[in-house]
Amino acid sequence: MGDGTLLRLATAGSVDDGKSTLVGRLLHDTRSVLADQLEAVERVSRDRGLDRADLALLTDGLRAEREQGITIDVAYRYFATARRTFVLADCPGHVQYTRNTVTGASTADVVVVLVDARNGVVEQTRRHLAVAALLRVPHVVLAVNKIDLVGFDQAWVTAIAKEVAGLAEELGVLDVRTLPVSALDGDNVVTRSERTPWYDGPTLLEYLETVPLDVDPRHETFRFPVQYVLRPQSGDRSGGHRDYRAYAGQVATGVVRVGDEVVVLPSGRRTTVAGLDTADGPLDQAFAPQSVAVRLTDDLDVSRGDLLAHPEGTPAVTQDLEATVCWLAERELRPGARLLLKHGTRTVRAVVREIRSRLELDPVAGSPAQSLALNDIGRVVLRLAAPVAADPYAVSRRTGSFLLIDDHDGWTLAAGMVGDPMGEGRRRCSPEAATSA
Amino acid sequence: MTTYVLDGVEALESEGIHVLREVAAEFERPVLLFSGGKDSVVMLHLARKAFWPAPVPFPVLHVDTGHTFPEVLAYRDATVERLGVRLLVADVGSYVADGRLRERADGTRNPLQTVPLLDAIAEHRFDAVFGGGRRDEEKARAKERILSLRDEFGQWDPRNQRPELWSLYNGRHRPGEHVRVFPLSNWTELDVWRYVRQERIELPPIYFAHRRRVFLRDGMWLAEGPWSRPRPGEEVAECTVRYRTVGDMSCTGAVLSEAVSVDEVLAEVAASRLTERGATRADDRLSEAAMEDRKREGYF
Ligand SMILES: Nc1nc2c(ncn2[C@@H]2O[C@H](COP(=O)(O)OP(=O)(O)O)[C@@H](O)[C@H]2O)c(=O)[nH]1
Repeated sequence: MGDGTLLRLATAGSVDDGKSTLVGRLLHDTRSVLADQLEAVERVSRDRGLDRADLALLTDGLRAEREQGITIDVAYRYFATARRTFVLADCPGHVQYTRNTVTGASTADVVVVLVDARNGVVEQTRRHLAVAALLRVPHVVLAVNKIDLVGFDQAWVTAIAKEVAGLAEELGVLDVRTLPVSALDGDNVVTRSERTPWYDGPTLLEYLETVPLDVDPRHETFRFPVQYVLRPQSGDRSGGHRDYRAYAGQVATGVVRVGDEVVVLPSGRRTTVAGLDTADGPLDQAFAPQSVAVRLTDDLDVSRGDLLAHPEGTPAVTQDLEATVCWLAERELRPGARLLLKHGTRTVRAVVREIRSRLELDPVAGSPAQSLALNDIGRVVLRLAAPVAADPYAVSRRTGSFLLIDDHDGWTLAAGMVGDPMGEGRRRCSPEAATSA
Repeated sequence: MTTYVLDGVEALESEGIHVLREVAAEFERPVLLFSGGKDSVVMLHLARKAFWPAPVPFPVLHVDTGHTFPEVLAYRDATVERLGVRLLVADVGSYVADGRLRERADGTRNPLQTVPLLDAIAEHRFDAVFGGGRRDEEKARAKERILSLRDEFGQWDPRNQRPELWSLYNGRHRPGEHVRVFPLSNWTELDVWRYVRQERIELPPIYFAHRRRVFLRDGMWLAEGPWSRPRPGEEVAECTVRYRTVGDMSCTGAVLSEAVSVDEVLAEVAASRLTERGATRADDRLSEAAMEDRKREGYF
């Protein structure tokens, strides 16, 4: 049975691997495409002289994309089955659009990386697996597409699967599985293929419907970035709420109960949760990702940008961050650069003290670097104008992530992850770590 | 037993509230576009919940084509009165009357809303504009960010959007620019109706089956009224219909339906084989890129 939850997935792959076709197939075969959309696709396909509906057209949304026949920006798609609801970020494949893959992966529970069966693992596959490892996407599916063009050959697919498994381990991908599909014909996408009798795993949809989501907030430590102070002013219609003061936010990780002791960061003051409020009434406890308002017993100076946390295992409060960044802008990053850093609900000024290394993908290794260019992944040291309370990204995607922003034009320059999430991922799944633990 | 998992609609509600609070905290002058349509009604409902027990900390703006269903106008006024929010109206009719805008040959006014909207944003110096747009509505919308920058002419540059990572929203903008915000980005039509049922949200009555004099044009049932008169050969009949979207009466089509309750509407939406815009919006049928072109110019 399904759990009715929301699964966020992202797709990645090189241009022409068949990503748009696969997404179109998934939507079509789950009956998520409605008659008028299908008619439009059939009409355009006919106009282009195609003999069957090109399902890729379902997702190529912008005029420029339709004209060039490529996908240039993340498109979001929605479909549901009896078991789950899906939000799909369809991310373009071209190297210059890697930032879109990073965007899609940042919130994804599952990333589907496509390869063309004829080509196997290529440079972009490495890059996308690296992004999935770095962003700590819990599950990766490597869809070996166009198996109709390699004669549904088991040995061929097994060879690719083996190469991918090795690469995934090198990169520290958390969980990877290989699935042979033909997006064009629909084999193993929603319906099981009769042409791959040697494959006994799930179809892509079955996998997405059943993959366990590591969402139990009881296994996490409580974190709550304060977004907004709720203080109805006298004269408001809120009648009996004159002295009301609560801190609105979304539980980032974990569970909190009325009566729990919490610490306010960065100040470090301790206090107790007096109440958990919502417009639907008070709660005894709140868990991630609920949006609530927290009342505290003490009258402390708490404001936007502060973090409420469980008093044990609090995040480091620091002005010096070692981090890994995906550089997303055309201009280069150099030491000395002055930027804004947005972490949770706090934005502070930052200066780049040092660029430690840039990640090379073939073979996987860090190399010394003086600067980072578009799509580079690198290790940096930042000095902040004010402290932030940050967890390592390997521990918490939610409170270990940050943006670097251009103060002048507001552009989002980098996706930042506190610490060395890939290194930590590799250490965790290496055999030495397993035996020493 | 307590579960520690949010279902789909609960997760979407929490995400929407998070977005509303982020923007209220980081912008000086937000405004929420409120037409009385179900998406804007749900968005206002989320805003009430996001700031409760404080009042909604920003006004609402209705860009009124002058072709709005009278039932929707009555609903709009009753709702803002009940919630105590300030209503601003940008009136397309007055632009047509004094010649700042010219009536289109087909008489529909949806595309005319852009200029009054941008004027209202400039006049009130709004820096964040909440819209009820959903990515599932249309292909160009599918690429829209939750926080989406508009330049000083209100234009959207879909090829040059900022990456939007995790749930860290970047609302930085320069003077004269503003940001459109879509808290319902990840909702589908079905989610909206499920939420309406769960929260017992009242909607304008035209969303439910009622008798109306209609005629068929281009496969859509249009209401007979002062702005939409049947042409020769188009026969008027009284039918039982409801609306899936509310907009300009002259181009918003009704669907034949007996659904008088939210449950019945939900069942119908779940079984529908047509998208909501495909079924009911003549303006989106103009071309493959109709919506993208309007959005680039500053439309909702
Ligand atoms: N034979 C075969 N062709 C495919 C398959 N999937 C996609 N294609 C074709 O590969 C080309 C590129 O597909 P498209 O979905 O546009 O790739 P994208 O650039 O990754 O989105 C198109 O001509 C598709 O019809 C497949 O499973 N088998």
